[in-house]
Amino acid sequence: MTPAEFEFLSGFIRARSGISLADDKIYLFQSRLVPVLSRHQFSDIAALVRSLRLSTSGPLADDVVDAMTTNETLFFRDRLPFDHFANRLLPGLLARPGRSGAIRIWSAAASTGQEAYSLAMLCAEARGALGGTRVEILGTDLSPAALARAESGRYTQFEVQRGLPIGMLAKYFTKDGDDWVISPTIRAMVKFRSFNLLDSFSPLGRFDLIFCRNVLIYFDIDVKRMIFAKLAEALPDDGALVLGSAETVIGITDQFTLHPELRGIYIKTRASQSGRR
Amino acid sequence: MKSCLVVDDSGVIRKVARRILEELNFSVEEAADGQQALDRCRIKKPDAILLDWNMPVVDGLEFLVALRKEPDGHVPIVVFCSTENDLDHITRAIAAGANEYIMKPFDREIIEAKFREVGLIA
Repeated sequence: MTPAEFEFLSGFIRARSGISLADDKIYLFQSRLVPVLSRHQFSDIAALVRSLRLSTSGPLADDVVDAMTTNETLFFRDRLPFDHFANRLLPGLLARPGRSGAIRIWSAAASTGQEAYSLAMLCAEARGALGGTRVEILGTDLSPAALARAESGRYTQFEVQRGLPIGMLAKYFTKDGDDWVISPTIRAMVKFRSFNLLDSFSPLGRFDLIFCRNVLIYFDIDVKRMIFAKLAEALPDDGALVLGSAETVIGITDQFTLHPELRGIYIKTRASQSGRR
Repeated sequence: MKSCLVVDDSGVIRKVARRILEELNFSVEEAADGQQALDRCRIKKPDAILLDWNMPVVDGLEFLVALRKEPDGHVPIVVFCSTENDLDHITRAIAAGANEYIMKPFDREIIEAKFREVGLIA
């Protein structure tokens, strides 16, 4: 990839998704574009870039954005946030005074759905504590291809062996050919929709808890700040935001503060409420 | 250093598993069937057992049932590692006291994920 080609591609991705591609990842992007080249029958990246320069919308453009921005994910990724969810966050939501209606949880970088389904399985495990309380989990992602896989609830043998305890597999999946398919009860707790974090959050409604992990790292600081402001808007007072293990709000926004005890969990601050006037 | 007993009738599988487990800082011993594994466990219980299902003499499930009846037989963490990858086999393994289950083929990433799952790796 020449510097000019990289510059064009990164400008294109940034315009479409807000995501900044660092040029130290150039080899990663080259390898991610290989399947796109063969699908669209280009001999090399130069040919792909020439075609993309002529038309920055359509199937090729969609595939390029998909390839460059979709993240691999796994069930119960990093484990700790899910322990916090089961042991502290979910019980906290249930104990909230004046609570009514369903508990709404947003998996804001859902990719192929493992995070959303992991949360749904934990809610199913907590059925006793939930009583009759309904849980709605919304998974959103920029990539229609990733979401189509999430919708199917179908995972390979390799995918179900990374992070998913065998007891959970036996309980919540059935085998179909070589793949494993999530059970209808878990599937019914989760909805997926295509969504760009640069857009207004209001069509999504409000949430009791937001998981937004390992996606903000790709945005510039100004975009991050803007997204944090919108995340704060979508949460109730003292609502919790779960970030990726290498992510933080420190030095970026005062709308969230570290949870006093739980690592990786951030709480909406009063500053964000006054900032909303 | 934690110990792991690799039980598999295939020398090739034992060798691959040994290499991965040694990289993960386990001391590794090998057994070629369930009887050999049981004999070994009667001398000293390992921290972990990576266990194939289909083996001559005593198979993996028979070994597991026998192991769990031994004094301190509940101590080793048992991770099945089998080509039997249907729900029926998995359920039977869990019922017999398996802690985790790996469906072959496996690689380092899967062994690492599963061993972390059961607390053998921090």
